Amino acid sequence: MIWIIFGILSFLCVGSVAAMIFSRNPAHNALLLVLCFASLGGVFGLLDAPFAAVVQIIVYAGAIMVLFLFAVMTLNLKEGQVREKRKRIPAVAAVLAVVLLAELLVVARKAFFRAAESVPAGAAAEPMGVGQLLFTRYLYPFEITSILLIAALIGAMVMAGTKEPR
Amino acid sequence: MIPSSAFLVLAIVLFVLGVAAFFVKRDLLTQFMAVEVMLNAGSLAFLAAAKQSAKAEAQVIVVFVLTVAAAEAAVGLAIILHFFRRRKSVRTEDIDGLKG
Repeated sequence: MIWIIFGILSFLCVGSVAAMIFSRNPAHNALLLVLCFASLGGVFGLLDAPFAAVVQIIVYAGAIMVLFLFAVMTLNLKEGQVREKRKRIPAVAAVLAVVLLAELLVVARKAFFRAAESVPAGAAAEPMGVGQLLFTRYLYPFEITSILLIAALIGAMVMAGTKEPR
Repeated sequence: MIPSSAFLVLAIVLFVLGVAAFFVKRDLLTQFMAVEVMLNAGSLAFLAAAKQSAKAEAQVIVVFVLTVAAAEAAVGLAIILHFFRRRKSVRTEDIDGLKG
């Protein structure tokens, strides 16, 4: 049963990214990516990570992708405006992608064997533990992320808010 | 019980698809979305690795990845918007200001 759920979720995830490669409409791409991130949230749930799953769906599929859709709508691109002219580059990219896939699988091979040995019974990492770690051991990085967010916000406003330079 | 290597394979496939999408697509917005796919594959790999040891650290890392992704999306979309205002285009072929 859990394998069926995993299969459906990973198919949705991989399929929507693959459809993104072939689609030419940026708005469709953004919506496909929402589907991908939502199903990835489900996969996080299967990994005994409920906090990551909920945050993934709310922040990623909700907030960040809405920001992308907002940008797509603001730019108001015509469908023909983003078209691929050169046919050679996708072929080269496909070959290189296959090479990269093989490389990564070879590198990760050791982890597969180790995983086969022992999988401890699912002691779910509860959100409480995440919060405790975030505000004790990882407090310093956590505060740095808030500075990062403020810097990014101010930078984005300065860049997008300036009136036509010329 | 699904072994964590299955999740690791999913993360690898997702990362490779993100890389492929980044190189195949020719508009900035979709390339940016491909970068987000790669970031997500990274956090999935972290969670898959953490499943073996049942630790909560991976979810902390996911929070950090999410924060970086949000900051990156805000700044990147602002840059794309700025570029679109100047050139009326988001295609990478039109970004050749530094080309000799």
